[in-house]
Amino acid sequence: MSRLKKLLMDESKYQITVPIIAILLSFLIGTLVMLFTGINPLGAFKALIRTMTGLNLEQMFTDKMFNMRYVGEFLTTAIPITLTGLSVAFAFRTGLFNIGAEGQLLVGATAATLASVLLDLPAFIHVPIVLLSATIAGAIWGMVPGYLKAKFNVHEVVVTIMMNYTALYFTNYVLKALPGSTLIKTVKSNPSGTLESDFLSSITNGSRLHWGIVVVALAIVAFWYIIEKTSFGFELRAVGFNPDASRYAGMKVNRNVMFSMMIAGAFAGLAGAMISVGTFDYGRVLVGFENYGFDGIAVALLGGNTAIGVMLSGLLFGGLKSAQPLMQANGVPMEIAKIISSLIILFVAMKYGFEMLLRNYAEKHEKEGK
Amino acid sequence: MEYVIEMLNITKDFPGIRANDDVTLRVKKGEIHALLGENGAGKSTLMSILFGLYRPNKGIIKVNGKEVQIDDPHVANDLGIGMVHQHFKLVENFTVTENIVLGSEPKKSFGRVDIEKATKKVSETSERYSLSVDPSSKIEDISVGMQQRVEILKMLYRDAEILIFDEPTAVLTPQEIDDLMDIMRMFAKEGKSIILITHKLKEILAVADTCTVLRRGKLVGTVDVADTNEKELAEMMVGREVFFQVDKPKREPGKKVVEIKGLTVKDNRKLKAVNNLSIDIYAGEILGLAGIDGNGQTELIEALTGLRKIESGKVVLNDVEISNYSIREITEAGIGHIPQDRHKFGLVLDFRLDENLVLQTYYQKPNSVRGILNQEAITKKAEQIIEEFDVRSGKGAETSARSMSGGNQQKAIIGREIDRSPAFLIAAQPTRGLDVGAIEYIHNRLVAEREKERAILLVSLELDEILNISDRIAVIYEGEIVGILDPEKTDEKEIGLMMSGSKRVGVANE
Ligand SMILES: Nc1ncnc2c1ncn2[C@@H]1O[C@H](COP(=O)(O)OP(=O)(O)OP(=O)(O)O)[C@@H](O)[C@H]1O
Ligand SMILES: [Mg+2]
Repeated sequence: MSRLKKLLMDESKYQITVPIIAILLSFLIGTLVMLFTGINPLGAFKALIRTMTGLNLEQMFTDKMFNMRYVGEFLTTAIPITLTGLSVAFAFRTGLFNIGAEGQLLVGATAATLASVLLDLPAFIHVPIVLLSATIAGAIWGMVPGYLKAKFNVHEVVVTIMMNYTALYFTNYVLKALPGSTLIKTVKSNPSGTLESDFLSSITNGSRLHWGIVVVALAIVAFWYIIEKTSFGFELRAVGFNPDASRYAGMKVNRNVMFSMMIAGAFAGLAGAMISVGTFDYGRVLVGFENYGFDGIAVALLGGNTAIGVMLSGLLFGGLKSAQPLMQANGVPMEIAKIISSLIILFVAMKYGFEMLLRNYAEKHEKEGK
Repeated sequence: MEYVIEMLNITKDFPGIRANDDVTLRVKKGEIHALLGENGAGKSTLMSILFGLYRPNKGIIKVNGKEVQIDDPHVANDLGIGMVHQHFKLVENFTVTENIVLGSEPKKSFGRVDIEKATKKVSETSERYSLSVDPSSKIEDISVGMQQRVEILKMLYRDAEILIFDEPTAVLTPQEIDDLMDIMRMFAKEGKSIILITHKLKEILAVADTCTVLRRGKLVGTVDVADTNEKELAEMMVGREVFFQVDKPKREPGKKVVEIKGLTVKDNRKLKAVNNLSIDIYAGEILGLAGIDGNGQTELIEALTGLRKIESGKVVLNDVEISNYSIREITEAGIGHIPQDRHKFGLVLDFRLDENLVLQTYYQKPNSVRGILNQEAITKKAEQIIEEFDVRSGKGAETSARSMSGGNQQKAIIGREIDRSPAFLIAAQPTRGLDVGAIEYIHNRLVAEREKERAILLVSLELDEILNISDRIAVIYEGEIVGILDPEKTDEKEIGLMMSGSKRVGVANE
């Protein structure tokens, strides 16, 4: 107990303790909501546990106790939102708000589909080309608001929102124009140009899990490395905190703004490939946004814009998202998962309030101790 | 005699440092009580405790004899305690009135802010103390001195009886300082009590009744100002004798390092701030630039360092024209800059101290090798500067710059710039906010740079400082050099006349 108290009072650990408190509190309130509306909260927790670990608590010690397919599907859901999370977080670190991950993702997805449908190459060059196309497409989509910000000081939020709509209609047009496309989807990709993995699928009992999981892992490492270890990351962080001092120190603030948006766009573009040539093996014509971009904002916020944080929060939000069907099967409306996700964001946004409470608590505690 | 404020045996710990150690401070009603101490001695911390921003680990506070718990500035407010912070806390794009009423807005029906009523009260208060603040101008449009008056009005608006001033004079011009002294005397006469933090001993002798001295978080003592002098105060705070004069060997100027020719620069409002200005600076010379604030000094410095566009004219450094260089190229060509505004330009407050100490050199060997940061080298560099310039903080190189005391932030910047030993060092108000011991050290370091054949431009509003260490003095008035003087053969009076534009020496009349 006193260990826990110490942890709670350690100011240097607020970055970790505050999000955890936010998560716990959200689950607590979610539980209360269920209790008050006459829903059995156990159903929700069982669904979440089953989604994230494959364990079926209702069928313990039978042959149905464990099913890896759930884990596979859960990871498949977590992959793109972790990447859009990295995208938003990267921009944040330079003091930019990337609302455009959605659009960057769409162009990335479409570029990946094009490269995979139109080309026919051996897999070991086809896959890299597909991924590269998605990355470049996303980077270009991110560069536009970056350039406008750097050159004309147009706010990136406005431009990225517009770019999202442009991306939606533009990609739909392109996808429909592909030979063989129907009104809702394109023809199947060449198998050599997808991330499909028989191996990953077989160890997860036939789930849709694909090589994208490796791509995400690499992206997380790349994010961490660029931000923390390179002199380029040093500049990005400096510009994000204090553009005036960065300029004084000789950094090219505008150029960094553009680079940062391009890299953010690249992460989101990659996320698009995860969907269009990972989860699916054809391009989808969409009626509206699927909100991967907004999920990315949530993931980045909870993850404190750090690589490790984004990874963990990507997993949590992925879990909450993919647990929804199972929840419904357990008699819990899937809105509950959404309520919990939203509460987490709400509480993380209130982090200064929590920090203040913790500080007050620590100070009181210390006084009484002496 | 009864005390309005008693802070008894206050102790406050921060990670890695005890900022206040069993400190006792007693303030009488109607007195001006100075608080003196080295950079990082814990003055701001002690006052933040009184104002409810921090809570002490130990100790009690009494206001008018009654023990109180001040755990929040609102409580301080209700107790009649107001504070002007070392770094102002104003909203830039709000008006004066909006800033003043922020947090205690007078309300009309439906909770609407009654801005007319507020404006009226603000201008009444301003008139009563002849502060001449215009309630409707925006903060970003008024001078620093005016901004400070807004902070003062903010306290008065809330009917504060106990006024805390944390280094109010550090950002003011000599004239503004005199005015502030008068205002403080007027407050004291009215029965308000004032706690004044300042590093300028002359100011303490001029206005304060009592002085409490801190050193490294501990109380050294409280003395009657009438019974003491500068030397004694300095010794009390630093713990050794302080020399106010620098030893500066005479030397002949070397070759020309900097040539500024016909330089014209515009200010933010697109008006000419530097007007066809020409001057040369030589190796091994400290050129002091004297002038009243706002006569183009800032624009001149910003143009020389690449922060501001040069309209016409040129700057030559060691025979190379650098007028069109980027900021980085200028830095690499050998110009160092101790900026006037340490929070805007000097530091990235959310960075650690070590990161701030390599702010211009992070990409060079050995701090980075092929684009990869070398933390070991950065730490080593940081520790060397910290040691050399006595930068005090809780956790050394890893301290967040934001948590450092104002003077130590300044020492860090100076350390960083002097350590690079640039061919041409521009020092704008370098000793602003430093204690007398630190000033002595910095002045000696500047003189040492001069011995190394560097050219130094010292821009300062303090004539003392200019007269003390310059080899030549240039006076700037309305963006033009109106005279070049020999410090041995001039005095404050002559410089003063020239600063106000009523005299020209050694330069052609237009
Ligand atoms: N919020 C904080 N967190 C951690 N350490 C702090 C914090 N505020 C102050 N300190 C440390 O406490 C010490 C005292 O700081 P304080 O600001 O009170 O000094 P000061 O006497 O006002 O100095 P100066 O004359 O330079 O303004 C410093 O070493 C500083 O690093
Ligand atoms: Mg201070």
